[in-house]
Amino acid sequence: MSAPLLEVRDLRTEFRTRAGALRAVDGVSFSVGQGEIVGLVGESGSGKSVTGFSILGLIEPPGRIAAGSIRLEGRELVGLSHRALRGVRGRRVAMVFQDPAATLNPLLTIGRQMRLALSAHQALGAEAARARCLAALRQVGIPDPEARLDSYPHQFSGGMRQRVCIAIALINEPRLIVCDEPTTALDVSIQAQILSEMRKLVRETGVSLIWISHDLAVVSALADRVMVMYAGRIVERGPTRETLRAPRHPYTAGLLASLPAAIPPGAPLSQIAGSPPSLIDAPPGCAFAPRCPRAAEPCRAEPPWSEDGARAARCHFPLEAGAP
Amino acid sequence: MNETGLSRFWADFAQNRVAVVALAVVALVMATALAAPLIAPQNPYDLATLQLSDARRPPGHVSALTGLHYWLGTDAQGRDLLSAILYGLRISVMIGAAAGAIAFALGATLGAFAAYVGGRTEALLMRVIDLQLSFPAILLALVLAAVLGQGKAQLVTALVTAQYAYFARTAHGAAKAERNKEYVEAALSTPLPAWRVVFRHILPNAMPPLIVVATVQIANAIALEATLSFLGLGLPVSEPSLGMLIANGFQYMLSGRYWISIYPGVALIVLIVAINIVGDQIRDQLNPRLQR
Amino acid sequence: MTELLRVARVDKTFAAPPRFGDGLLRLIGRAPRRAALRAVSDVSLDMTRGEALGLVGESGCGKSTLGRVIAGVHPQSAGRVLLDGAPVTDAAGMKTTTRVQMVFQDPFASLDPRMRVGDGLAEGPLAHGLTTRAGARDYVGAWLDAVNLPREAAGRYPHQFSGGQRQRIAIARALAMQPDLIVCDEPVASLDVSIQAQIINLFLDLRRRLGLTMIFISHDLSVVRHVCDRIAIMYLGRIVELGPGAEIFAQPRHPYTRALIDSAPRLALDDATAVFRPIEGELPSPLNPPSGCAFHQRCPRAQARCRGERPEMRTIEAGREVACHDPL
Repeated sequence: MSAPLLEVRDLRTEFRTRAGALRAVDGVSFSVGQGEIVGLVGESGSGKSVTGFSILGLIEPPGRIAAGSIRLEGRELVGLSHRALRGVRGRRVAMVFQDPAATLNPLLTIGRQMRLALSAHQALGAEAARARCLAALRQVGIPDPEARLDSYPHQFSGGMRQRVCIAIALINEPRLIVCDEPTTALDVSIQAQILSEMRKLVRETGVSLIWISHDLAVVSALADRVMVMYAGRIVERGPTRETLRAPRHPYTAGLLASLPAAIPPGAPLSQIAGSPPSLIDAPPGCAFAPRCPRAAEPCRAEPPWSEDGARAARCHFPLEAGAP
Repeated sequence: MNETGLSRFWADFAQNRVAVVALAVVALVMATALAAPLIAPQNPYDLATLQLSDARRPPGHVSALTGLHYWLGTDAQGRDLLSAILYGLRISVMIGAAAGAIAFALGATLGAFAAYVGGRTEALLMRVIDLQLSFPAILLALVLAAVLGQGKAQLVTALVTAQYAYFARTAHGAAKAERNKEYVEAALSTPLPAWRVVFRHILPNAMPPLIVVATVQIANAIALEATLSFLGLGLPVSEPSLGMLIANGFQYMLSGRYWISIYPGVALIVLIVAINIVGDQIRDQLNPRLQR
Repeated sequence: MTELLRVARVDKTFAAPPRFGDGLLRLIGRAPRRAALRAVSDVSLDMTRGEALGLVGESGCGKSTLGRVIAGVHPQSAGRVLLDGAPVTDAAGMKTTTRVQMVFQDPFASLDPRMRVGDGLAEGPLAHGLTTRAGARDYVGAWLDAVNLPREAAGRYPHQFSGGQRQRIAIARALAMQPDLIVCDEPVASLDVSIQAQIINLFLDLRRRLGLTMIFISHDLSVVRHVCDRIAIMYLGRIVELGPGAEIFAQPRHPYTRALIDSAPRLALDDATAVFRPIEGELPSPLNPPSGCAFHQRCPRAQARCRGERPEMRTIEAGREVACHDPL
C-alpha cells in the first residue's frame, strides 16, 4: 500500500486561557487517502474545526500545536516556518470555511481574488491565468463564468458565493481540501446542489476532502469514511454507512438515536443527558463516561481502541455488532 | 457587569502600568481637590488670611508674618498658590464632572430614544445633532457663556449644551446596534413599555462606548471650563478656577514670576492627560477587536 | 375545538429606511424611489386551540417575519391578526396582548446579557400584574421548575449557562407570561444535535402538560414533522401548501414541497439512499419576485400559465390547501 496523502499522528492542539490550558484536540490520529472523502463529525467544541485548522497551520496564539505530527505527501508540516507553510497552504492543501461572506474580500472582483490566489503560488501569463479561473468556476457549476469574473462578491447569492470559495480553493489544484461546515449556512435546496457538485469534483479530479460537519445526514451521504469526535478525541471511525448502521461507540449511537427522523412523530426523542465536558483539566479516562448509559468503573481509565477490520471504537464497552 | 467581570476588567487594566499610574493620579487629584478645604494650608477665598506683603513670592518662600511655607509661591494678591490650585482644581473637577454627568444623561437618553423610535423622529433628531457637531464645541460654549453670564450654573449649562451631542451620537450608534438584537425583540414581544426597554435593556448594553466618551468628555469639560475662565467668561473672580489662576499669572510671566501661571497649568495638564490615559485604556479593553 | 388564531390576508412590507434627503427630494417634486421588501404576501391561516403548526421554508421565504407579525413584534402592513377575535397590535402598531409570546433562535442573543435570569423572567409578569414583588421569587422558581432548571439559576447571568440551558430560560420567559400561543422561531437550529433532542422533548412535554398552542418555525423538515400536527410550506413570502404533517410528507401536492422534502439531507445507511436531489436554480430575491407563480423558474412542471398567472391557495381535499395550477 502506498503512503496515504495525509497522515496525522497524535495531534494535540492547545489554547492558553485564563483558567489553564484548553486541550481542544487531544491525541488525534488518522489518515486520508487519495481521492477519499473523510467526514469529521462532532458537536461544537469537539475539536473538529481545530483539527482542520491545525492541518492548514492556521493555529494562532494563544493556540499552539503542542505535540504530534502532520505529514502531507510525506512532508512534515508541524514545525514548518510561516514562510514554508505559505508555500504549502493553498497549493497542496486548501480550506473552505463556513461563512463565504467572511472569506471573500468585498472590495475585489472574484476574478481578481482568484488571480491573487493563483499568483501566490504560480507565475502564469494573463491568458493562462484567466483560463484557469474560468475552468475552476466551471468545475463548481457557476453558470456563465466569463461574465461572473468581473462581479463582486455581493452580487452573488449565498450558495454561489460558497461555490466561488470552493473554486478559489481549487485554483492551485491542491491534493486535499479541508471543508469546515461549508454548507451549514446554506438552504437545503442549495446545500444539495453543492454536495452533488463536490462528489462529482472528487470523482473527476481525484482531490481528497476532509468534510467537517455537525450534520450526520450530510456526512452519511457524502463521505467514504467517517470519524466521530467527542471532547477533542476521535471516539469512533470506520466506513461511513457501515458505521452509522451499527455504531460501536455509545456516543455515536446516542447521536443517531436523538435524530427526530429515527422515531415516529410526537414520541419523545432519545436524548443524551447532560452536556459536553470542559476541556480544561479534563479528568483521565473516557470523556463521555458521565453521560454514557453503559459507563462503569473501568471507564475512569483511558479507553482502548477496539478494532475490527476497517472499523474502530475507543470504548471499554463497545456496542456489539448488530446491537441497536 | 457582575463581580467576576469587574475583577477581570481590573486584572486587564492592571497589566498596563502607565494606566494604573494615571488612574492613581486621577484618584489623588480628585481626592485632594474634594478635600481642599481640609488640607489646603490656607483658604484662598478668605481675604482676611491673605497678606499683600507676601504677594508674588517665589516657590519655597516662608512668610515672615504668618510663618506659612509657600511651597509653590504666591500670586499677586499674596495667595498661597498651592492652596489656590487645590481650590481651583476642586471647582474645575466639580464643574467638569457635573457637566459631564448631565451631558451624559441627556445625550444618552436622547440618542437611545432616537434609536429606539426610528423612522422620521430618529432622522430629524440625529440630523440636528450632526448639525451641532459640525460647530466647534468651544465656539458654542463661548457664545453661550457670553450670553448667559457668569456663574456655576450658567457655565455648566454652556458646557452641557456644547457636549451632550457627543454622547447622543455615541449612544445612538450603540443603541442602534442593540435595537436589532433578539433580546430587544423579546422585550417587545412581552410587551414591555418603551421606557423600560430603553432604560433597562438598551442603555445598559450600550454603556461601554459611552463610558469611554464620558472619560474623554469630562477631560474636555475641564479644559473647556479652564479656557472660558481664562478668557474671563467662566466663573466670577471670587471663585478662581484653574483657568482664571493661569490668566491672572499671565501678566507676570515675562517679569520672571513664572510660577503664578505655570503651576496651575501643570496641574491642569497632569489631570487632563491622566484622565485621557485612563480613558484610552478603558477603550482598548472594551473594544472586542483588540482583545486577545 | 375552538378557533384561537386567525390570520387574514396579512402583508408585511419593510420600507427602505428614511433618509434625510428624501423630504427635500419630495419638496422639489422628485419622490425618491426605493424598493420596499415584501416579506410576507397575502397570508391567511387559522389555528385551533392546542394545535401545533409548523412554518417551513428556506431563507427569505418570510417564515420568521410571519412569526414576528403573529407575535406582535412587527405590526402587519395589511390584513388582520386576531387572537380569540381581538387584534394582537393596536392601530399604532403597538402590541396590546400578552397572550402570544415568542421564543427566538439564538439563546445567546435573546437574553439580555446584563440582567440576572430571575430579573429577566420576573420583568414581564411584574409589568403586567401576573405576579407581585413579594411573590416574584416563587413565581420565577415555578417556571424554572417547568423547564427543568434549578431554582438557583435565577441568581445567575445568562453567560453562565450553556446554549441548551439558555434556550430553556428563554422558553421559561415566554411561558411565564401565561400565553395561549407561543411562536418559536427556529428554537433548536443553533443547538448541538444532542441538545436539540432535549429541547424538542421539552416542547413535547410542555405542550402536553400545559395544552399549549404552538407555531414552530424551522427550516428543518424532520424537526417540524416531529413536533407539529399541521405544516405550512412557505416560498417567497407566501404559503404554497398547508395541511396535516403526516399527509404532506406522505404525499406532497405542491412541486416545491416535493422538491424540498427530496433535497433535505437524510441519514443514508446504504449507497442507494446516498443521493442528492437538489432543486435546480437559485432562490429568487424577494426584492424582485418572479411573475406568476414564484416557483415557476425552478419547477419541473411549469407551464405557460404559471409564468403569467399567480395560483391562489385552494382547498383540494379536506384539510389540505395548495397554491398550484397543476398540483401533484
